[in-house]
Amino acid sequence: MTILRNDAYATGVPILNASGCLDALSAPDVARSLDAFVTKTVTPFAREGNPPPRIAEVDGWMLNSIGLQNPGIDGWCADSLPLLRALEVPLWVSVGGFSASDYVIVCERLDQIEPVEAVELNLSCPNVDEAPESAAELVAAARRATAKPLFAKLSPSLPEIAEVARAVAAAGADGLSLVNTVRGLALDPQSLRPRLALGSGGASGPALRTLSLHCVHACARAVDLPIVGMGGVATGRDVLELVAVGASAVALGTVLFAEPMAPVRVRAELAAELATRGYASAAELRGAARESGSPAFASAG
Amino acid sequence: MSASVQAPSNSLLLGGRVARRELLGVAGCDVLGAYTLLRLERGAMEPGVPGQFFMLEAPGQLLPRPMSLCLAPPGQLAFLVDPIGPGTRALCALGPGDAIHVLGPLGNGFDLEVERPLLVAGGVGMAPMPYLSEALRGPPALLGFRGDAHAEAARALLPDADVVVEPQLVTELLPADPGDVLACGPEPMLEAIRELVPSAQLAWEAPMACGYGACYGCVAEVDGRYDRLCVTGPVI
Repeated sequence: MTILRNDAYATGVPILNASGCLDALSAPDVARSLDAFVTKTVTPFAREGNPPPRIAEVDGWMLNSIGLQNPGIDGWCADSLPLLRALEVPLWVSVGGFSASDYVIVCERLDQIEPVEAVELNLSCPNVDEAPESAAELVAAARRATAKPLFAKLSPSLPEIAEVARAVAAAGADGLSLVNTVRGLALDPQSLRPRLALGSGGASGPALRTLSLHCVHACARAVDLPIVGMGGVATGRDVLELVAVGASAVALGTVLFAEPMAPVRVRAELAAELATRGYASAAELRGAARESGSPAFASAG
Repeated sequence: MSASVQAPSNSLLLGGRVARRELLGVAGCDVLGAYTLLRLERGAMEPGVPGQFFMLEAPGQLLPRPMSLCLAPPGQLAFLVDPIGPGTRALCALGPGDAIHVLGPLGNGFDLEVERPLLVAGGVGMAPMPYLSEALRGPPALLGFRGDAHAEAARALLPDADVVVEPQLVTELLPADPGDVLACGPEPMLEAIRELVPSAQLAWEAPMACGYGACYGCVAEVDGRYDRLCVTGPVI
């Protein structure tokens, strides 16, 4: 198996899920509809996550404050991995931590696990304290710990994301995942108290799309790495636009909550969009919004 | 479309159970005091077990809203909605000619293998009780509400129930030997019932984005750990 389904580029654009937006074991049919499944973030030790309420909707945004609930790398290897392997979907593991050594611990374990096709470094969770090291330092540490393809997931809140993209590329990243959520806060209209137990959370939904377009566009010009574009994608046209600014693959996030089989619809819409515009494949369109094309995933494999 | 994609199907394995997602027409929206009974054409959807829930598309909202099934009249699915926010108000504003996407049935319902059932509900927690009452052939029911306008739904949907209004609490009506309690309502009420009747089946609620285990948003503390209500519950 490669890091994506072998035929992922046949006519369309590889479609993944955004980390934390799908549990392949609860929804195996949905996972099988993807070109790769990205796990919820795994940390060195088990985490209970944040207290509820963890979810709120406000003004077209979804707020979440899950807090990286996960069984830890040991629990994940023992309980989740055998079941995920049986799904026969290329498996990407999202890795998180609170220091460079946390990322190293998990990446060293994953390096030994054959069915893990790629590692996404969650460098931008809005709901936990961040590691003190820079994104580039974390990527460099993970790079020393594994030969697996490494994708650096960055926040759209970075003031100069293209600079960070250059730094993580120099540190050994094989690709970028753009973007994570931004921080937001919602108040109960009566009590004027935060609706989430911990106050602020990660905001996602259609409004994130303009941020992800900007970030993919800026980073695709800065580095020669494949980019998984994500943030507010809900339609085939949204996929088309991210590819036009330089994405090589696209991940669906919040839309999966409302519509589990969104990948099937989005693919069909994308095929119709491409046909209407006279493109034989999405590859012809890649990077149309910028001067030169962008790399496909072969370079990361 | 890539060859690896399975044929589009409305049937999905979600949380170990088969659910469907369909666009259902609105049959009617009946105001019952403070609540609204939203009736949808059933289509090919299964009503599921009492206590299971459905995710209802709320027009103009990003996320669907979880609703337990209230009644399953022939050819329809009916949901009792409390219009407390933008999503539930949008659902209550639906009318014939409208249609919304519905995903379900989801989660674990009540265990109906009980000898002496007693239904206990507070507020909009009465939503699953009419369908549950039907399945259990009309057992006794105790319902508590914060006011008369809210109690009106009880008179329409469960006319034989014992109804109290605040400041009296529904837990005050619990007999010394309550039998098999099946309850749904606000968290303090369920906590109180759990204290009084440890064996009670309790249907919990929480804000939910997906209803099928994807978002980890709907956790509650179960045996000292955060567990997803949509997968482990909502009846625990």
